[in-house]
Amino acid sequence: MKTRLVIENWIKDGSSLLDLGCGDGSILESLKENRSVKGYGVEIDRDNIRVCLEKGLEVIEQNIDEGLSNFSDKSFDTVLVSQTIQVLKNPKLALEEITRIGNRCIIIIPNFGHWKSRLTVFLKGRMPVTESLPEKWYDTANIHLCTISDFESLCDELGIVIEERRILNSKGKVSSFFSAWSNLLGDAVIYRLSR
Amino acid sequence: MKNNDSSIGIVKPNSVKFENSLLLECGKQLKGFEMVYETYGELNTDKSNAVLVCHALSGNHHAAGYYEDSGEKPGWWNSLIGPNKAINTNKYFIVSPNNLGGCHGTTGPKSINPKTGRIYGPHFPVLTVRDWTNSQALLADYLGITTWHAVIGGSLGGMQALDWSLAYPDRVKKAGVIAAAPKLSAQNIAFNEVARQAITSDPDFQEGNYMEHGRVPKRGLRLARMIGHITYLSDESMKSKFGRELKEDKLSFGFNAEFQVESYLRHQGDVFSETFDANTYLLMTKVLDYFDPADKFDDNLVEAFNPILAQILVLSFSTDWRFSPSRSREITNALIGAKKKVSHIEIESSLGHDSFLFPEERYVEVLKAFLGS
Repeated sequence: MKTRLVIENWIKDGSSLLDLGCGDGSILESLKENRSVKGYGVEIDRDNIRVCLEKGLEVIEQNIDEGLSNFSDKSFDTVLVSQTIQVLKNPKLALEEITRIGNRCIIIIPNFGHWKSRLTVFLKGRMPVTESLPEKWYDTANIHLCTISDFESLCDELGIVIEERRILNSKGKVSSFFSAWSNLLGDAVIYRLSR
Repeated sequence: MKNNDSSIGIVKPNSVKFENSLLLECGKQLKGFEMVYETYGELNTDKSNAVLVCHALSGNHHAAGYYEDSGEKPGWWNSLIGPNKAINTNKYFIVSPNNLGGCHGTTGPKSINPKTGRIYGPHFPVLTVRDWTNSQALLADYLGITTWHAVIGGSLGGMQALDWSLAYPDRVKKAGVIAAAPKLSAQNIAFNEVARQAITSDPDFQEGNYMEHGRVPKRGLRLARMIGHITYLSDESMKSKFGRELKEDKLSFGFNAEFQVESYLRHQGDVFSETFDANTYLLMTKVLDYFDPADKFDDNLVEAFNPILAQILVLSFSTDWRFSPSRSREITNALIGAKKKVSHIEIESSLGHDSFLFPEERYVEVLKAFLGS
């Protein structure tokens, strides 16, 4: 199953959505079409914002690192954070904010604990360049990479409940391998959280 | 020469007379009125491509193109309205009226009061943005436009666009609220009051009856414009435009205009005092001061925004200090709170409040994307 389908399955028809780091708005657009969601994308990239506007999406130009205090408590059914947590300056604060704003949160993060990443660091002594982490260390926006285990222990510390978890392989599809091996075999992971 | 900036070319204003009385927010009735407006582009067959352009404090209906006899000076939004420009005349039918109370042809203080047969002067009723919206709705009816594809404006014009989406939710598809604020701050009102004092304390003002006395309060208007103009520019843009540059190469140790910025302001004031009516200026600043959609809702802007159906674009400029980006955020945050369709953009620009008049690349790109979706 594709990542997008997992997200769709977790979102109710006609519900409200805040898509933090919405990129070109493609997820938001398909959720509007298939789930009739109402909501906003938050983005800082100029070209992405233009594309969102061209698609007729609601997009708020806002730097997540500068805070989300303009969004009130539990004001959205779902806050979606796809491949964004790891580029933020303060992921811990962001995670607290995201779970404050959304009744539920859907978060997708790349897994730095994947065996390929581990092997590159262990054997070559170099930062990994993989399908889900394609940039070199000096080019990447991913300044706060973590492993599945790291992320889950932070959720635990913040009192965030992991309702659901799907491990994704390098093709962005849900993998069905034994979950104890997820930190080693998962390329990325998608969570449904609440607090 | 006149067509070398790919402008719409030569334009002519139109005029329409409304015979019925218009009930104003102040409680008074306006016994019929005339409205001057310009249009650019073609209205399509299903009348779905109409865009209403709202002017700011000292603007008028001449938003784009050139008049046959006006030399090289185009309409105030000429850089944004035209073929393939931000507000594309090949795509949209643009309507640009002169607001009620204005001094460029629409009924205002310079007009004759049908009740007395004399010039309204200071007796023209004090208006509100809602009065303008209502009068523009009559223009829309007259032109056969049920729904605007967009209503768009900067500064006071942005407030006008917002008010349209509140007053006639089903007649506005998109509203472009540019360099605006949900209401004026004490500082904003203070600047307006200084401008009003400059006018009313001019001996030529004659308590507003200057026309009947054959006088013009030019000194007051000039000063009002100078103070206003300072708030339209940014410190940064004044620095780069004038710096401390002198007109002559050395100080004269006198009180004439020595610095370039002084002669610029004097020139702006002179031009304005030749072309603008003092009573209209007083009126327009009051309209600004009174604008406050949340007033009837216990200052709850979220509640005030409840009727809105339009898709709204709130756009601000980084160096605007008259209506700073944080004021635009107030509008956006309240719209988010009210679960309305809103996009928010902050454009980097050094030109202060006046940025909304200039075709900065990203500004154009955003307007095109918003209007075209």
